[in-house]
Amino acid sequence: MSDLPIKLSHVSFSAAATPILRGIDLVLRAGAPTFLMGPNGSGKTTLLRFLMGLMTPTSGTIEWNGSHDPAPRRRAMVFQHPVLLRRSVAANLLYALEQAGIEKSQQDKNCTQLLELVGLVDLADRPARRLSGGERQKLAFARALARSPELLILDEPTASLDPSATLALEQLIARAADEGIKIVIASHDLGQARRLAGDIVFLHRGQILETTSAVSFFQRAQTEQAEKFLRGDLIIER
Amino acid sequence: MNEGSGALQLVLSGDPALYNIVRLSLVVSLSAVALAALIGMPLGGLVALTRFPGRALLIVILNAFMGLPPVVVGLAVFLLLSRSGPLGSFGLLFTPTAMVIAQAVLITPIIAALTRQSVEDLWVEYRDELNAMGVKPFARLITLLYDARVALVTVLLAGFGRAAAEVGAVMIVGGNINGFTRVMTTSIALETSKGDLPLAMGLGLILITIVFAINASAWGLRLYAERRIG
Repeated sequence: MSDLPIKLSHVSFSAAATPILRGIDLVLRAGAPTFLMGPNGSGKTTLLRFLMGLMTPTSGTIEWNGSHDPAPRRRAMVFQHPVLLRRSVAANLLYALEQAGIEKSQQDKNCTQLLELVGLVDLADRPARRLSGGERQKLAFARALARSPELLILDEPTASLDPSATLALEQLIARAADEGIKIVIASHDLGQARRLAGDIVFLHRGQILETTSAVSFFQRAQTEQAEKFLRGDLIIER
Repeated sequence: MNEGSGALQLVLSGDPALYNIVRLSLVVSLSAVALAALIGMPLGGLVALTRFPGRALLIVILNAFMGLPPVVVGLAVFLLLSRSGPLGSFGLLFTPTAMVIAQAVLITPIIAALTRQSVEDLWVEYRDELNAMGVKPFARLITLLYDARVALVTVLLAGFGRAAAEVGAVMIVGGNINGFTRVMTTSIALETSKGDLPLAMGLGLILITIVFAINASAWGLRLYAERRIG
């Protein structure tokens, strides 16, 4: 069973009468990584939560491969501040594998592979909540991969990481994308978008202003707001 | 002063009657904690994770019942277990089993209410992650109870403290029968009223020491777990 394509039709969301997202129409298909870009408060995280099926829109519909059932099948998410279970690093991965319905006999092998992939083999028995920021993100990333997703949603995955940890995580993201996993990232890191993005969805005040390939977005943005965003002007939300 | 040294002598002498009273106290209260945990922890977890009509009322009731007077619990269990009561045919009144039941009734609300609070707090933190992993409701309950395990040790301690300290419930349903249902708290009450202060003080000393030792080891366990689990 597949979760792609995801189709959002006229999706709007308000919290306590404050509009967060307005009239979002978006289709996400398999392919190169999609970056959701835009200033803080533009609705990136909320949009990701809709894609993941964690929230219900105030109006509009979301379809995962034609289905309205929000239960995650082949999709996974890494939150901006991942919450790790109060168990060892390995136990966190085994838990995710178990929940993803991986057979018991396969779990140990998959766990070791994931630990090797993200470079946490030596820390397998450490309590997960004692890891450093970069190690946490790697574990959260491995835990998301444990679901063998076809869609991987990342919310500001490197926002609080130092350059070397950022590089390590970007390499993991690029590798996952190469293996055919559709990546959707919310980010306002322009450098990261240049390095990883296939296409860009530019959000501003809860509306999609541009949906375009990364190349054309960075060459010539279509809207004034995106131009300002690219120039690094401070866009103040009101 | 005389009474004080008498009490110390009694404690150190290893008197078998005294030893039996201490042993029964521990068996009754620890069994009550185990029984109450078996009921109270899943109940608290369930209330934390489900929404149903009357949930708020149930939470208020659980919280209010944390302060149940032991004598009232004793009276209720007495009525249930007495010959003419609904459970009278089991012949449990004035047995250690009846004392376990009474103390379990007393502390189940404590364990359930504190478990609900711990699990609900953890759920707020875990909700998105568990939903993103597609965790089903039953697995959710197990996960949260397990991950709240350090906090739940403290919950058990609160229950044990209450059970070990109460005298009213075990007095009523146990009857304070010498060598059979006499525990530390009922002995202290009896010996004090008889004027045998050395024995009463000796038992009081032991009771406090045991409660202290159990709390100290639970605290040590907690520190160890926090270092191990984070």
